Amino acid sequence: MALYSEKVMDHFTNPRNVGKLDDADGIGEVGNARCGDIMKIYIKVNDGIITDVKFNTFGCGSAIASSSMATEMIKGKPISEALTLTNKAVAEALDGLPAHKMHCSVLAEEAIRAAIKDYYDKNGISYDPADFPEPSEHEEH
Amino acid sequence: MAKTIYVDNAATTAMSDIAVEAMKPYLQGIYGNPSSLHSVGQRAKEELEGARELVASCLGAQPREIYFTSGGSEADNQAIRSAAYNGAAKGKRHIISTNFEHHAVLHTLKKLEKEGFEVTYLPVDKSGLITPSQVEEAIREDTALVTIMYANNEVGTILPIRQIGAVCREKKVTFHTDAVQAVGHIPVDVEADNIDMLSLSAHKFHGPKGVGVLYCRRNIPLRTFIEGGAQEKGKRAGTENLAGICSMAAALKDAVDHLSENMAKEERLRNILIEGLSKIPHSKLNGDRQQRLPGNVNMCFEGIEGESLLLLLDAKGICASSGSACTSGSLDPSHVLLALGLPHEVAHGSLRLSLSPDNTEEEMNYIVSEVPKVVEYLRSISPVWEELEKGERCHLI
Repeated sequence: MALYSEKVMDHFTNPRNVGKLDDADGIGEVGNARCGDIMKIYIKVNDGIITDVKFNTFGCGSAIASSSMATEMIKGKPISEALTLTNKAVAEALDGLPAHKMHCSVLAEEAIRAAIKDYYDKNGISYDPADFPEPSEHEEH
Repeated sequence: MAKTIYVDNAATTAMSDIAVEAMKPYLQGIYGNPSSLHSVGQRAKEELEGARELVASCLGAQPREIYFTSGGSEADNQAIRSAAYNGAAKGKRHIISTNFEHHAVLHTLKKLEKEGFEVTYLPVDKSGLITPSQVEEAIREDTALVTIMYANNEVGTILPIRQIGAVCREKKVTFHTDAVQAVGHIPVDVEADNIDMLSLSAHKFHGPKGVGVLYCRRNIPLRTFIEGGAQEKGKRAGTENLAGICSMAAALKDAVDHLSENMAKEERLRNILIEGLSKIPHSKLNGDRQQRLPGNVNMCFEGIEGESLLLLLDAKGICASSGSACTSGSLDPSHVLLALGLPHEVAHGSLRLSLSPDNTEEEMNYIVSEVPKVVEYLRSISPVWEELEKGERCHLI
């Protein structure tokens, strides 16, 4: 049995939306190098729509694949919809992740939220803080 | 996909033709149970004892000191528990080891701690070495056992076993060594090396999986952990894995007979890798440069994570391993690399390449040409590398 699904391997070896946006409207970074995962997501927003999104990730195969899939799932979508994206949806879209890798999909969800929050903060847009809980402390290893 | 280049021989090796041929007679022809009294059984018994003599001769041991087990982990478990309980029977409940042993040793020691034993884990230095005087200073009146690996499985450092053994002999403390990575790869002699107990595993030297040896010196009482029949002098019950045992003996003899030439070849190939990969900026060779297994390369590359490196190398046909236990279900970086004092950030980006005499110079050149490309690609998408390059984060290597 392979370590990962074909979908994960596809998004890992051919990641979508990899890179940076120099004129990003919002940037979200979560994770830490000590734990072996950092995800940084850049978004471009126009009329409440996420018109472009890029990511840079330091991490394992599933972290890179989760970043790729999550960015695919929010590209071209309204912010309101992007905020409903759950880690479970990312993992399901990848045809599942091994149990001990589920935190990679959590990071992807949190990175997107962090980027949207950054966009709101930079543009003085008010929001419900409940939508932006503090990113979970990376679980104790 | 390109041709497969297998450079994970510290995980397991392909069986040699010699080992496969040595196994065949026992699958059908000589199928008897060595404990049976009839001629078919006694024929099998002869072969079993022949294998025991062969293994003993390869280790400088006596045949009666060789106990066949299911592998290195079982041998480690039995050796350590046996010596610990023998000590406890005399009121000795202290054990000395290092902080970078294999988990077969570390987890057994953790269990014993829960049972009331006290364990001193000697800290290895940054190249993975400890000194005999560290052991000497740690030995107490109530020390029942010193267990220190012969050579480390991840970083390849060879420990000063002969000198440590001499210290233990002088202090009259039982000395066990997990020699799983050493036997068949470097010279090991239980007499010259002052070893009381030693574990080895057949599949690390081109023998079959599921078979190994516990060497236990004749004057050291060995406790039984698998109860049942009287096999292995009652110390390890269960009908013997005769095919595996005879195959292991042949593989070991072959490895020992060709030791110098294999070591020379592996060293030459290893040095191509070390020289080539050390050119990658912000890379580091882990383990001792001199006191090193001939076939081991272990490097860290800053700004990337080991598992993604492995998977991309696999896609290029290179089968390697990462010190990062990420691949094996844990998210922690390797306890071995942390024991060497590497920061977590760096320890996550490790790569182990372990060679066999079957590898070729052409394969090494391919690895040296491909690894830098993969490292460069992963760095190009790594926010950590970006921060390092911008000076927002300090380079650690």
